[in-house]
Amino acid sequence: MNKILKTLLPPLIGLLLFVGVWALVAQSSPQLPGPAKTWASAVQLFSDPFYRKGPNDQGIGWNILASLQRVAIGFGMAAAIGIPLGFMIGRFKFLDDMTAPIISLLRPVSPLAWLPIGLLVFKAANPAAIWVIFISSIWPMIINTAVGVNRIPQDYMNVAKVLNLSEWKIFTKILFPAVLPYMITGIRLSIGVAWLVIVAAEMLTGGVGIGFWVWDEWNNLNVEHIIIAIFVVGIVGLLLEQMLVVLAKRFSYE
Amino acid sequence: MEKYVQVENVQMLFDTKKGPFVALRDIDLTIAQGEFVTLIGHSGCGKSTLLNLIAGLTLPSSGAMLCAGREIAGPGPERGVVFQNHSLLPWLTCFENVHLAVERVFGRAESRATLKKRTHEALALVGLTHAEHKHPHEISGGMKQRVGIARALSMQPKVLLMDEPFGALDALTRAHLQDELMKIAQATHSTVVMVTHDVDEAVLLSDRIVMLTNGPAATIGEILHVGLERPRERLALANQPKYHEYRAAVLEFLYHRQLRPAA
Repeated sequence: MNKILKTLLPPLIGLLLFVGVWALVAQSSPQLPGPAKTWASAVQLFSDPFYRKGPNDQGIGWNILASLQRVAIGFGMAAAIGIPLGFMIGRFKFLDDMTAPIISLLRPVSPLAWLPIGLLVFKAANPAAIWVIFISSIWPMIINTAVGVNRIPQDYMNVAKVLNLSEWKIFTKILFPAVLPYMITGIRLSIGVAWLVIVAAEMLTGGVGIGFWVWDEWNNLNVEHIIIAIFVVGIVGLLLEQMLVVLAKRFSYE
Repeated sequence: MEKYVQVENVQMLFDTKKGPFVALRDIDLTIAQGEFVTLIGHSGCGKSTLLNLIAGLTLPSSGAMLCAGREIAGPGPERGVVFQNHSLLPWLTCFENVHLAVERVFGRAESRATLKKRTHEALALVGLTHAEHKHPHEISGGMKQRVGIARALSMQPKVLLMDEPFGALDALTRAHLQDELMKIAQATHSTVVMVTHDVDEAVLLSDRIVMLTNGPAATIGEILHVGLERPRERLALANQPKYHEYRAAVLEFLYHRQLRPAA
C-alpha cells in the first residue's frame, strides 16, 4: 500500500498544483477558460469522437488518426532511409566524411522552413506535411545509428575476426544487436520531433488533423478546444514515447 | 622436436607519430604439438603482441610465422583465442555464444543435431551445462571466462591462445580454473600458448616458460623447461624442491636481471 502511495502521490500532487495554478490564472484573465470549463468541454468533445459532418468538420478521433497516419508514413520513410544510411556512415569512414558537412548544414534547419519546398514540389498539403516530417525526423536516426556503429567495442570485432565470421553473420549476430540500443534512442528522439512537427505543419496546410483542428478552433475562438488539443497532443506524444521505452527495455541486456 | 608453431626471426614494428616503435625483435620460437607454453614478462614487453602475431590478428613486420607447416596469414578458428575480457556477446546465451563458433567451423559439413551436440559437449567440458541458457550478465566472471574457454575449445583448434585469461578473476576462482585448464589440456591433448604475469601460474601450468626481456625491442631472454610430472597438484608441488627452484629461476629473471626501475 505504501509503495502505491509513494509512486502515485508525488505526480498527483504535481498535477493538482498545476490545475490549481491554471484555475488561478483563469480567474484573473477572463479570456482563458479554467479547468472546470475545459473539462466540461472535453467530456462533450469525446462523447462523439468519430462523427463526420463534412470534409473539414470531423470528430476528434478522426483528427488524431489522420495526424498519426501522416506521422507514421513520414517517420516510417525516415527510418527506412535513415537507419541503413546511419549503418553505412558508421561503418565506412569515407561515407562519414562525405556526408558530415551536408548533415551539419541541414540538421539545424527549422522544420517549417522545409514546408514551402514541400508544397512547391508536391503541390498538395498532405505529401508536403509528410515531407516535412520525413526531413525533420531523419537526422536523429542517422546520427544515433552511426554513433552506435562507431561505439561497438573492439572486443566484439575481435571475436568476429577470430571466428572468421562472414559479413552477413557479423551484421546479424554482432553489428545489429550491438547498435540496436542506439538505434532505439534515435527512434525515440525522432518520434518526438515528428509528432511535434506534424501539429505545426498541419496548422499551415489545413485538412484533417490535430494541428489543423487547433488552428480551426482558434479561428472559432474556442479556447477550451485549443487547450484540450494541447493536452491531446501531449498525451499522444507521451504514449508514443512510452511504447518505445517498453521496446527499448525489451532489447536491453544489461 | 616436432615443430607445430614456428616463429622465425620475427620483428614487430609499429608506426607511431614519434616514429617507428620496435615492439619485438629477433623472436625465434618453436612449439611442439601438445605443449603448454607460457609467455611471461613485465608489462609492455610485448607478450600480448607476440600472442596476437601467433593468432594472426596482426602480421609481423618481418620474419616468418607458421602453424602446422602453413603460413599464418590471418586470424582463424584453428588458432582459438581466449581473450582477457571474455568477449562474450551479451545478447546471446552461453549456448548460443559457443554455438556461433561451432557453426562457423563445422556448419558446412555437419548436421544441426551434431552441431548442437558439440556445443553441449564443449560446455560440459568446462562444467557449465547448468548455465547453458543464461545470458552473460546472469553469470559470474569466472563462469564467463569458462564459456570463453569452451568457445575456443569447441572449434577444436590446432593451437589454443590465451591472453591473461584469469587476470581479471579473484585468486580462488583463478586457482580452480587453472586446475580445470590442466585437466582439459590433458584430455584434449591441446597445444596451448598462454600469456601471464603470474609466476606461480607459469610454473604450475607450463611445459616451458618463455621469458621475454623488457620492452621496447623486447626479445626472448630465456626459455625455462619445467620438468615437473603431470598431473600436477598445487598442494603436492608446494612440498617439491624442484617447483621452488623453477619458481626462483623465473623470479630471478624477472626481478633481478630484468628489474625495472619504479616508474
